[in-house]
Amino acid sequence: MSVLTNNLDLFLSTFGQTLQLFAISAVLSLVLGTLLAALRVSPVPVFRGIGATYVTVLRNTPLTLVFVFFVFAYPLLEIVKIDAYTAAVVSLSLYTAAFVCEVVRSGINTVPVGQAEASRALGLTFTQMLGNVVLPQALRSVVPPMTSTMIALLKNTTVASGFAVVQAGSIRDSLSEQGENVLLGLLWVAVGFVILVMPLTYVQQVFEKRWSVAR
Amino acid sequence: MTAASAPPMIRVAGVDKFFGPLHVLKNVQLEVPKGQVVVVLGPSGSGKSTLCRTINRLEPIDSGVIEVDGQPLPAEGKELARLRADVGMVFQSFNLFAHKTIVENVMLAPVKVRKTPAADARKTAMELLERVGIANQADKFPAQLSGGQQQRAAIARALAMKPKVMLFDEPTSALDPEMVQEVLDVMTGLAKDGMTMLVVTHEMGFARKAADRVIFMSDGEVVEDSTPEEFFSAPKSNRAKDFLGKILTH
Repeated sequence: MSVLTNNLDLFLSTFGQTLQLFAISAVLSLVLGTLLAALRVSPVPVFRGIGATYVTVLRNTPLTLVFVFFVFAYPLLEIVKIDAYTAAVVSLSLYTAAFVCEVVRSGINTVPVGQAEASRALGLTFTQMLGNVVLPQALRSVVPPMTSTMIALLKNTTVASGFAVVQAGSIRDSLSEQGENVLLGLLWVAVGFVILVMPLTYVQQVFEKRWSVAR
Repeated sequence: MTAASAPPMIRVAGVDKFFGPLHVLKNVQLEVPKGQVVVVLGPSGSGKSTLCRTINRLEPIDSGVIEVDGQPLPAEGKELARLRADVGMVFQSFNLFAHKTIVENVMLAPVKVRKTPAADARKTAMELLERVGIANQADKFPAQLSGGQQQRAAIARALAMKPKVMLFDEPTSALDPEMVQEVLDVMTGLAKDGMTMLVVTHEMGFARKAADRVIFMSDGEVVEDSTPEEFFSAPKSNRAKDFLGKILTH
């Protein structure tokens, strides 16, 4: 317990950083992932190709390599300068978006094809159909796997500690510098993550309940 | 027939359609003049549903021409969406939007496609629901309605776009027998009001009572094109005789 109480400031500030990294990357990956899913079900073959290629490349690359690219390789291209924190956000968002895309797409596939046909027959355009008819119904079945994807993102933020971005994953380094018991410290980090994941699970239950009506 | 110079509401000329190696529509010719009610009959697998779905391009065709109100069907995109807005369609499985209430179902396309203000769209929607006899169900979700009520809601949804022509793809085939009549009554009412209609159905009673013309299809071909009296009393082809023999004797 003393590991925690002696370093409470360290724990609070790093977990704060973790939450911030998670929140920004979650929003960005949800938006990008949904757009990618729209591309993947689009009637235009080129768009479908772009979506599929993106998912194949980003989903099959280890997250650490995505980090390596944005932290070390990307600056050499000298396009827009980004600091390590931004690179972490970009890496996490782009990587997670590939998973979000597939989750959303599986949700879209659960919506009966007649819903899309009825929309088209009424004169709705592809985007109107997706936004007003298909996606709202797809969201219902997407909640559990999307929660898992978001939990994975939350834990993946610790990869950033290898790239000089301070967050909960960096606690081990700080503790070992101070000669504290590192293993006990890591136990508290694990407890911290469990505490952070609990609200996500709660949100999942709320959405599942709210969207389960009127079938 | 209305004025001879006016283009037919639907013109299908030399249309072929394949599903893989299966030739589902064989050189189909069909014209539906404005205001006419055409019933398409035929055994299952004869291509009648496919024909119905090609007219608003839910099924693309492999060759031939389809025109709606003198305008050839455009390729997939904004222009096709505009044309579809003028062609109402009613499906066998209703396809009401499951996450929206009945009145929201009817309002959606007028608001999104025609940019009608929501208040006006709601007013029109309620009038239409009144007309098909389910105004009291307006705030329920589709799953809470009976099949017959759902199909009437689907008709109201199609009518909300003020279509020039209505396509019915086996509108009563998924209904319990006691609900068929309430849907047919709505359709008969529409026919009386002068709506141009193409109806794929197995309801011979409706064909006799409301149709101006009967098309009989078999194996992807239009085999007969005649008046209901002619078709039911003196079918010309053996295939039609065979078909009628099967359904009228049971």
